[in-house]
Amino acid sequence: MQRHADIYGVMGEFGTPEELLHAVEKVRAAGFECFEAYAPFPVEGLSEALGLKRNMVPAITLLGGLTGGIGGFFFQYWVAAITYPQNIAGRPLNSWPAFIPVTFELTILGASLAAVFGMLALNKLPQPNHPVFNVARFSHASSDRFFVCIESKDPNFHLEKCARLLQEVHAHHVTEVALD
Amino acid sequence: MSAGQPPLDSPEIKRLSPVLGPGYTYGSVTDKISAIVLTRPTSLGWFIGFGIAFSIVGMLTVALGWLIIKGTGIWGINIPIGWGFAIVNFVWWIGIGHAGTLISAILFLLNQKWRTSINRFAEAMTLFAVACAGIFPLIHTGRPWMAFYMMPYPSTMGLWPQFRSPLIWDVFAVSTYGTVSLMFWYVGLIPDLATLRDRSIKKPLKVIYGMLSMGWRGSARHWHRYQSAYLLLAGLATPLVLSVHTVVSFDFAVAIVPGWHTTIFPPYFVAGAIYSGFAMVLTIAIPLRKAYNLEDFITMRHLDNMAKVMLATGLIVAYGYFFEFFMASYSGNKFDVFLVQQRLHGPYAPFYYALILCNILTPQLLWFYKIRHNVAVLFIMSIVVNIGMWLERFVIVVISLTRDFVPSAWGRYSPTFWDWATFIGTMGLFVMLIFLFVRVLPAISIAEMRELVAETSEENK
Repeated sequence: MQRHADIYGVMGEFGTPEELLHAVEKVRAAGFECFEAYAPFPVEGLSEALGLKRNMVPAITLLGGLTGGIGGFFFQYWVAAITYPQNIAGRPLNSWPAFIPVTFELTILGASLAAVFGMLALNKLPQPNHPVFNVARFSHASSDRFFVCIESKDPNFHLEKCARLLQEVHAHHVTEVALD
Repeated sequence: MSAGQPPLDSPEIKRLSPVLGPGYTYGSVTDKISAIVLTRPTSLGWFIGFGIAFSIVGMLTVALGWLIIKGTGIWGINIPIGWGFAIVNFVWWIGIGHAGTLISAILFLLNQKWRTSINRFAEAMTLFAVACAGIFPLIHTGRPWMAFYMMPYPSTMGLWPQFRSPLIWDVFAVSTYGTVSLMFWYVGLIPDLATLRDRSIKKPLKVIYGMLSMGWRGSARHWHRYQSAYLLLAGLATPLVLSVHTVVSFDFAVAIVPGWHTTIFPPYFVAGAIYSGFAMVLTIAIPLRKAYNLEDFITMRHLDNMAKVMLATGLIVAYGYFFEFFMASYSGNKFDVFLVQQRLHGPYAPFYYALILCNILTPQLLWFYKIRHNVAVLFIMSIVVNIGMWLERFVIVVISLTRDFVPSAWGRYSPTFWDWATFIGTMGLFVMLIFLFVRVLPAISIAEMRELVAETSEENK
C-alpha cells in the first residue's frame, strides 16, 4: 500500500447533480469510506447516496429546548416564590399560569440557540481554511459545479487508481489536492 | 421537495405566472444575484435614497438626544394617556416584522416554492422592523439607561423582575424574537456569503465575506446537518411568531381597561401583524424588483400571492373589528358599550372611520385579478394598509385611555413635534438599513434559487 501523507486527496469536478450522485455511488461501491461530496446547494438524495445516518442536530435541539423550558420555569419559581416573594392580597406565590409565557419563550430560545450552535459545532465551523480551497476551480463549488474528493487518509487510497476512478465516472477535471 | 405539488404543465399552474423566469441555470442565477453586490456600480438612485434616509436618521438621533436631556415631557403623553405614540409605534413595527418570519418559516414548512425569492429580504425586513420597534419601549421607560432592570440578573439590591407582568413577558418575547430572527437569517446567509467570498475579486471583500461565511465549503455532510438545523429553526420560529404578537396583545388584554380586556385580542393581533407585514413586504419588493431588474425572480406570481395573503388576513382583521362591537354590545357591560360608541361618535371618530376605510374597504379591491396584477395600484394599496394598521393601534391605545370608567379620568391626547420626529426617524432608520442591506448582502437567497433551478429543471423533463 502506498501512503500519501503529502497530499489531502484527489478531486473530481462534475457539472450536474445527477453526475455527482452517479459518481458518489460509484466511488462508494469501489469501497472508499473517506471521501466527501461538495455541492452549491443541498442536492436531493446526496445524503442517502453517501450513506449518511441521522445526525445529532435534532437531539441537541431537544436538549436545548428542555434546558430552556425547565430552567426557565424553575428560575421564575425560585424568583417569585423563594428569593423575592411578594404577598399580593394573599395570592399564591407559585402562580404558575403567569410563568408560562416566559417559559415558552425560553424554550424556543434554548432550542434555537442549540440548533444553530450545535450545527456549527458538529460541522466544525468556523474553519476559515481547508485543503480543498487549494484547488483553484473549487471556487465554483459555491456557484455551479459539484465536486467529489477522495481523501488520502482512506486505507484504500492510491493516487493513480483514484484519479482513474474519477475519470471513469466522467469527471470534467481531476486534480490533486495539496495539503497546504 | 416537489411531492404533492401539481406538475408545472398542469392547467392550474400554467394559468399562473411561474415562480422563476425561464432559461436560468445554476451559474446565471448566481451571477445575476451576486452581481448586484459585487460588480454592478452603485447607482445614483441608491446614493440619493440612502442620503435621504440617512438625514432622517439624523433627525432621529436629535429627537432621541433631546428626549434623554429633557425626559418624556417633550412628548404628548399625559395622565391618563401614559401610552402614546411610543406604544402605538412599537406595536406597529413589531407587527410588520411578523411577515418576514411567516414567509421564511411557515411557508417553508408548507413547502411553498414561491417563498424562495422573497424570504431573504423579508427576513431582513423583520430584523430591521424589530430594531425600530425595540427603540420605543426602551425610550418610553423614561430612563433608558436603567432598562437593564428588566433583565433578571443578580443585583446587589436582591431585586428581581415581576414575572407575572405582561410587560416582562414582552421583554422576553421580543428579545427572543430578535435573537431567533437574527440566527435564522444568518444561517440562511452562510452559503451565500461563501458564494460572495468565492466570487469577489478584491482582497478585503474576500476576507470579510470569508470571515462571515465561517469557511463554508458546501460539503455534503455539512449540508446534511444544515438542513436539519434550518428545518428545526423554521419549526421553532413558527410558534414563536404567533406567540410574540399574542404577548404584545396581552399588554392590553390583561389590563381591565374597556376596549382592551377582550379574549379576541391575541388572534386578531396576530392576523393584523401578518396583514401589515405583507403590506410592507410588497412596499419593499415592488421598488426592489424594479430597481435591480429582478422581475424574473420576484414574478407577478409572488405579488399575486402576497396580495391574496393580505386579503385573507385583512378579512380576519375585519372579523376582529366586528366581534369587538358584537361582544361589547352582547356583554351589556356599560363601559364596553360606551367605548364602542366613543369609537363611532367620540372625538377620535375620524381616525376610526379612516381605519375602516384603509383596512377593510380598500383591500376588498384585491378580490379582482386585474388589481392584483397592477403593480402601481398594489404598491399604493400596500401603503394604505400600512397606514390603516397604524391607525388601528392608535385607535386602540388612545380611545380606551381617554375614555375609561369615570369622566374625571377622561383626557385628550395629541402628539407633539418630537413624537412625530421620533416616529418618522425610525422610518428613516428602517429605509437606511434596507438600502445598506441590498448593497452589501444578496437580497435573494442564491443557494435556494439554485435549488429552485434544480427542481424546475427536474419537473420539465
